[in-house]
Amino acid sequence: MKQQIIVSGIGGQGVLFLTRVIAQAAVNRGLPVLTSETHGMAQRGGTVLSTIKVGNFASPLIRAGQADLGLLLWEENLSVHRALLKPEGRLYLNAASAGPGDRIDASAIARDLGNAVLANLVLLGLAVRQQALFCSVEECETAIRQLAPRKFVRQNLEAFHQGLNRNQ
Amino acid sequence: MKQQIELLMGNEAIGRGLIEAGCQIAAAYPGTPSTEILQAVIDHREQAAEPLHIEWSVNEKIAFEVALAASYTGKRSVAVMKQVGLNVAADPFMRTAYLGVKGGMLTIVADDPGPHSSQNEQDTRLFCLQARVPVLDPASPAEAKELVPQAFELSEKYEMNLVLRPTTRICHSRQNVERQKPLKLERGANFEKDPTRWAATPAFLPPLHRRLNANLEKIAREPGLQPRLTKGDGSRPRVALVASGIAYAHLVDLLDELNLNGRVDLFQVLMPYPLNPEFSARLRRDYSRVLVLEETYPVIELQLAHPGTVGKQGGAVPREGELTPDIIHRVLAEFLDLPAPPELPAQKRGQRPSLCPGCPHRAAFYSIRQCFPKGIFPSDIGCYTLGLNLGAVDTVHCMGACISQGVGFYQSYAQDGEFPTIVVTIGDSTFFHAGIPALINAVIQQARIIVVILDNATTAMTGGQPVPHLGLAADGRKTRAVAIEPLVRASGVDFLEICDPYDKPRLEQLLRQADSYIRSDRGGVAVLISRHGCIMDPAVRKAQPSWQVSIKESCVGCRRCVDAFECPALSMDSEQNIARVNPDRCIGCGTCIPVCPVDAIIREGEE
Ligand code: SF4
Ligand code: SF4
Repeated sequence: MKQQIIVSGIGGQGVLFLTRVIAQAAVNRGLPVLTSETHGMAQRGGTVLSTIKVGNFASPLIRAGQADLGLLLWEENLSVHRALLKPEGRLYLNAASAGPGDRIDASAIARDLGNAVLANLVLLGLAVRQQALFCSVEECETAIRQLAPRKFVRQNLEAFHQGLNRNQ
Repeated sequence: MKQQIELLMGNEAIGRGLIEAGCQIAAAYPGTPSTEILQAVIDHREQAAEPLHIEWSVNEKIAFEVALAASYTGKRSVAVMKQVGLNVAADPFMRTAYLGVKGGMLTIVADDPGPHSSQNEQDTRLFCLQARVPVLDPASPAEAKELVPQAFELSEKYEMNLVLRPTTRICHSRQNVERQKPLKLERGANFEKDPTRWAATPAFLPPLHRRLNANLEKIAREPGLQPRLTKGDGSRPRVALVASGIAYAHLVDLLDELNLNGRVDLFQVLMPYPLNPEFSARLRRDYSRVLVLEETYPVIELQLAHPGTVGKQGGAVPREGELTPDIIHRVLAEFLDLPAPPELPAQKRGQRPSLCPGCPHRAAFYSIRQCFPKGIFPSDIGCYTLGLNLGAVDTVHCMGACISQGVGFYQSYAQDGEFPTIVVTIGDSTFFHAGIPALINAVIQQARIIVVILDNATTAMTGGQPVPHLGLAADGRKTRAVAIEPLVRASGVDFLEICDPYDKPRLEQLLRQADSYIRSDRGGVAVLISRHGCIMDPAVRKAQPSWQVSIKESCVGCRRCVDAFECPALSMDSEQNIARVNPDRCIGCGTCIPVCPVDAIIREGEE
């Protein structure tokens, strides 16, 4: 099992949390995993990118054209990060408008749930529904339960389920 | 105890490693990418087998000296900082190489090739070569953690301070890492006096220097730290790849993908300085061509002095920036005569960072800019560097430089006659770190400048470490608070005012008063403390009113709120030529309201 994943967004959108959920699901399954994350100045609303490599890898970074899967929380990052995807790589975006990739207005759904940041888990739900990720629904739920602050677990799972079930 | 696998960030893995290795004194000053190391020590402190003192020191020099004396007592200690922090700690660091240590002492210095979040991309390994301090260069979070106990043991064996140098890609990577049981060393503090060493005068330094050189010879040959060879199958004779740090990891994945793993001799260098001279001799003997991949400066390359080196000095490997897997691919293809990878599209920059919606610094910068459109604005290191976006930051150099730069600007203009209003902005944490001596200097040099201390009661850029005036220790215990105001007054400042930057009219009135003061007969340094808690702190958010802010049809589309004020929650609807509030990002602070020249930004009732 080898999978290379990018998670792209801007600081404050919960890119790091989404990265950790996916990586935790790998750890729970006993798979080796490496991630890289953006910290520091860029987290102040700038473009941020996480990479996740599941399976036997040594480096956390992904070369151009090697990612199997892209999760984009900020549509404008498409032009910046698309080059990382394989030509046949799958692409999921949080976007209200039409365009390339599978799209869902995750921010709007998250806003209805009371917190726009939950768009990250809505998008995860969509990718898992389409079986684009190495991990299953249950594995994601377990990871979310492990990582979310206790009082937000229900809301987090709700967001994930919205992405799983909602018609686009 | 059963071993546990955890997903840890490189910095957490190192912090966890410190606790497992029985480190009892840990001191740091925060700075990206190193910050989470001490934070992890704080978070895991309950698991330490013995008493553990943890401190966010006021600066890196202090952190180093605290850890140093702790090591004199025989205990294990660590000082943690980012690469430019080592410049601040350089003085004690250099002398420690001669005097040595007792209990194991590590200096963990996180480098930032790129740079991603720093004022330069200096290489701590080269610093170590100049300081004559052994340095370890891990290639993964797990390896960084494994090197911690090993480094402590060597530090004790040779009585030397050792440096562990992770880079951003190690610090901010996560990996599955094994937990170990924390060591119990049972060492009581026991400082054995020896003035010929701990207070060595010049007469005692030559023998100490000799000992240092002898130790370096020995440590270079330490079996556990020798370059690790993955042998090739002989299909590419007399060719070797040499890499260290994360560049080694990138190379391994790349060789794998290109089906070249086990085809060509590959060395991982764990300790780039001191390099074993026998390793260099072996490379010269057995290989005609050697590709050296390392970040950021050619440290291994310089020591190897191999005539067939392909590396940074010849320019085959880029001398600047991060060695990303894509760059390594290009270099390797060239070196091994492989098909060149496709040209990369020019790297697009994406969204630039900006101060958070509701950030009190934004309000302060806007007012400064409004009051003194022709001013000169030296600023400093921290979130508030982003005042750049508001045109209220002209220089950013290094921690604390802004005040002294303000003095330099003032003296240069004033000797010609007229001088512009010079408004220096410095964060509270930076003020404590390196601002106080500079302020005293500004006062005694009678510089007529305005110093605005942006006090948001935290070290915001790095995630909110406590600052001295909060009266909180690293582990959350209460301690004595050291307030800013008496320090400013004691520095000889006669004009001191405090203001909430959300109160725009008052801040601007005070700025004008300060300007009159510095230009008056008895004028000198004027200090304003712009005080409002960091908006990232949930308690701050809770404590202030949140308005539902919206934009009326009367907006004339002048863009002032979007361009000059630059709140990320505001944007232009280009079709309607009207500004819009993004409800996902607006926190309802209301600081944009007085910015609009036609009063089109309104609040719709208090929450
Ligand atoms: S009220 Fe205005 S300044 Fe404050 S966050 Fe909202 S848009 Fe930005
Ligand atoms: S809201 Fe006011 S400041 Fe913003 S664009 Fe409209 S008129 Fe200009």
